[in-house]
Amino acid sequence: MGNISEIVKKSASKYQKDPTKMLDVIRDVQAGLGQVSQEAIVEIAKVMKVSTVDVEGVVTFYHFFSEVPVGKYSVYLNNSAVSVMKGCYDIAKAFEKEVGCKFGEVSSDGKIGLHYTADIGMNDQEPAAIINDVVFTSLTADKVKAIVADMKAGKNMQDTIKDFGDGNNQDALIKAMVKNNIQKKGAVLLAPFESGSALKKAVAMTPEAVIAEMKTSNLRGRGGAGFPTGMKWDFTRQSPGKKKYIVCNGDEGEPGTFKDRILFTERAEMLFEGMAIGGYAIGADEGLLYLRAEYMYLNKYLESVLDKMRKDGLLGKNAAGKKGFNFDIKIQMGAGAYVCGEESALIESAEGKRGEPRNRPPFPAQRGFMGKPTSVNNVESFCSAAKIILEGGAWFAKMGTDKSKGTKLLSISGDCKKPGIYEVEFGTTIQALLDECDGKDAKAVQVGGPSGVCINKSKFGNKICFDDLATGGSIIVIGPNRDILEIVRNFMEFFEEESCGWCTPCRAGNKILLHKLEKIMDGHGTESDLKDLEKWCVTVKSMSRCGLGQTSPNPIQSTLANFREIYEAKIQKGQEFVSEFDMAAAVKDSCAFAGRKPIVEGH
Amino acid sequence: MSKPVVATASLAGCFGCHMSILDIDDRILKLIELVEFNKSPIDDIKTFTKQCDIGILEGGCCNSENVHVLKDFRKNCKILISLGECAIMGGVPAMRNGIPIKDCLQEAYLDGPTVDTNTDKIIPNDEELPMILDKVYPCHEIVKVDYFIPGCAPRADLIWEALVALVTGSELKLPYEVFKFD
Amino acid sequence: MSDIKFTIDGKACTAKNGQTIVEAAKKSRIYIPVLCHFDGLKPAGTCRICTVKVGGRFMAACTTPVTEGMVVENDTPELQEMRKQIIEMLFVEGNHMCPMCEKSGNCELQALGYRYKMMVPRFPYLWPKRSVIADTPKIYLDRNRCVQCLRCVRDVKTSDGKNVFGVTMRGGKAIISIDKKLAAALSEEAALKAMNQCPVGCILRKEIGYKIPIGQRKFDTKPIGSELEGK
Repeated sequence: MGNISEIVKKSASKYQKDPTKMLDVIRDVQAGLGQVSQEAIVEIAKVMKVSTVDVEGVVTFYHFFSEVPVGKYSVYLNNSAVSVMKGCYDIAKAFEKEVGCKFGEVSSDGKIGLHYTADIGMNDQEPAAIINDVVFTSLTADKVKAIVADMKAGKNMQDTIKDFGDGNNQDALIKAMVKNNIQKKGAVLLAPFESGSALKKAVAMTPEAVIAEMKTSNLRGRGGAGFPTGMKWDFTRQSPGKKKYIVCNGDEGEPGTFKDRILFTERAEMLFEGMAIGGYAIGADEGLLYLRAEYMYLNKYLESVLDKMRKDGLLGKNAAGKKGFNFDIKIQMGAGAYVCGEESALIESAEGKRGEPRNRPPFPAQRGFMGKPTSVNNVESFCSAAKIILEGGAWFAKMGTDKSKGTKLLSISGDCKKPGIYEVEFGTTIQALLDECDGKDAKAVQVGGPSGVCINKSKFGNKICFDDLATGGSIIVIGPNRDILEIVRNFMEFFEEESCGWCTPCRAGNKILLHKLEKIMDGHGTESDLKDLEKWCVTVKSMSRCGLGQTSPNPIQSTLANFREIYEAKIQKGQEFVSEFDMAAAVKDSCAFAGRKPIVEGH
Repeated sequence: MSKPVVATASLAGCFGCHMSILDIDDRILKLIELVEFNKSPIDDIKTFTKQCDIGILEGGCCNSENVHVLKDFRKNCKILISLGECAIMGGVPAMRNGIPIKDCLQEAYLDGPTVDTNTDKIIPNDEELPMILDKVYPCHEIVKVDYFIPGCAPRADLIWEALVALVTGSELKLPYEVFKFD
Repeated sequence: MSDIKFTIDGKACTAKNGQTIVEAAKKSRIYIPVLCHFDGLKPAGTCRICTVKVGGRFMAACTTPVTEGMVVENDTPELQEMRKQIIEMLFVEGNHMCPMCEKSGNCELQALGYRYKMMVPRFPYLWPKRSVIADTPKIYLDRNRCVQCLRCVRDVKTSDGKNVFGVTMRGGKAIISIDKKLAAALSEEAALKAMNQCPVGCILRKEIGYKIPIGQRKFDTKPIGSELEGK
């Protein structure tokens, strides 16, 4: 208890007992104690002067916080769809064998905990896991053996990494085995960028001119929703109030997306300059990068880039030499929650609360971070903005299609020979992508991650753009031998797990949809079950509060539309009713406990 | 035309719903004019002697015998009705749902405050006894059920209205005062 | 400032600036079903039963402010069917056992079930494992019945503004919890208020159950919403 109290007090005073720093305090406690126990929750509540339910609410909301011990070494193995394709469950078995406990458990000596987690942004090098903030990619049974031996020997995980990836992954502050896998460079994001060039040019313009340039470029939000960036900046600028914020959504959590990882690693200056340009345009003096917990390994490097920019005069007082433009950027770490990719949930989380989306109106542009007008933009949007300032909106608008200008950074993974990052112009067809990544025998492509659509061959000629196939960057190639329903199930389990629980249709509806899907997969489905499934998908999408529930039925809906024959083959045709009831399973436990033989014949 | 044949049974129920059927008072004489009863505790016919038109079930399924009877009803009746909350959602017996069956048996036969006569610490295990299910199931999760009459117990007036509507093919009136879940 | 003009199902209505659709509808004696909404509390928009259609888009009427010329669809077969599904989801998602609940007859979820003539939920019962919290002196929390309306979270605070109730966990596991120390210190009045604002039988004031006899309870003879419609 003495120890708990010390750790809590130390962390709380580090953050001036500021309740908006709740995530940071809990993170310190979690790291220091390997859990956030009831005692710790009471202690945090006492020191931070809030109620215990508020603390417990935050602790139990995020993946990487736990009330029960997670192990001195906590292994978080990704079990999202692509990792499963690449053999994640074989890796899990190897871990279980070496460690001597199951996933979801901690070894008896409390040393090693095995946990599954949702996508960690490494789909191009799966199976991958995070152990004490260190990323391990392309896992094999042999590698697992060595890793477990290192953990048992008490080694520092970072010290065990000997081979680093390419580019900045070798930086002294990253030193990660992560590979960039940049397969195709385009003109905007992965073209060379000279540090300071964009911001200096921007501050020589008026903020209005910067916004006008963005409007000319027709840049639309790269997170997937596609709201025009110039318009968003304009709204935020027009919003009354002196204090404003620019926030970067660095919570890319859509399974199959890892494009921001590359931008953080290789284009950090460009990103931060983009944020400063946004800040200049809307009239903000503070920027906030909300970085997903899975990218903790990039934190020190990103902080060092910010430091260097401050030293170079690009950030801080009179930033980029512009008198009166005092702008700086802070990094706020997330703690593992997909829903925090929704901008208002991200703001809630950045304020130290549960990452539950807000009701709109008011929109963040009116009342966002700390109640002030805020523009939340995607990492790629900021990087594009920096380039637009350099080369001009008209230059940018020459690329792409009528309604989708510029280039898009895609992260391609799954059943293809060249997974990785592709910067392509909007309007590129799926077939062209398949040719480039060598995924020629694909039978399906998941565009936009689980919340996107699963298309069949007849739609491979369709284009990547906002009015055809919109994507935040995730492209998952599904080969001829994959069971599509298993992938759909994986996606629905993901949504069920990641729903924040606020509204009924998402909280209960996704569970019900998953149950119905499994009923059909188990051979207990009928034609009316398919009709129910279709109808209930519409209800969940229509009635849900935020983008999560409004898209979570997409895996079912799009496969029902594009791969209906798979469902048809599973149902019992002509049957009015098929019961899921299984007598043998239902009486198994009671008979065993009473010591009698179950007799299920005739039932 | 011959009269429609009705069968009834109480599965994991308390017979309250059957009491409510009797609660239609003197309308029971009219009921006898309208329908003929087959297997039912009301006339004490123990097994089906012919195909029935309407099967009325009280109670959900908490053991293997309930399931057996329910399936027998489905086989022998054209139309099945779940009568009352237990048939519809498990009711009071379903309060054990969510608790592992082992814990339930342990409490009921070994650890509970009223089991001090069970000196041999035996959980009943005679093969003649029905087997306990892992949870209490509503009838419609085991067989297809055609109609539902809610209430605990369903009001006699509702039962009467529903039966008359079904037998005469008229539209069911659902007066607010009698449509209740308790 | 002059009133905002808008329509609900073609009927001309007016609203004050900033009023939500639910509030304005009430003034016009139009019933939009609600469950998480509670007069005087900041809207939460959790249950979604009040969903209406505005310009072809689905919106929660309790969180959406009325704007000039707004055309609201409320009583349409499409919306009523979806609302009924939401009610059914709420029934299967928790462990709602009306026959043995002391809120029965006064419960808003049950009353919605009556109004929407729910004979049986179409969804499978999920039987979640939920614990009760009974070790506070005044309040009994039966979380089997919680519908996540967050009325208690929004309404019940200590004199220095701390939350007595809060949500823990997330997704399907999300559940209302209580700060036991703060709950024990609640005034008699506040404890009663906590029970009264709970739409279901989740928050109960100890020692006063089953006070109103069957037949005289809130929804025994009159459907929820009928007071507005003058039926």
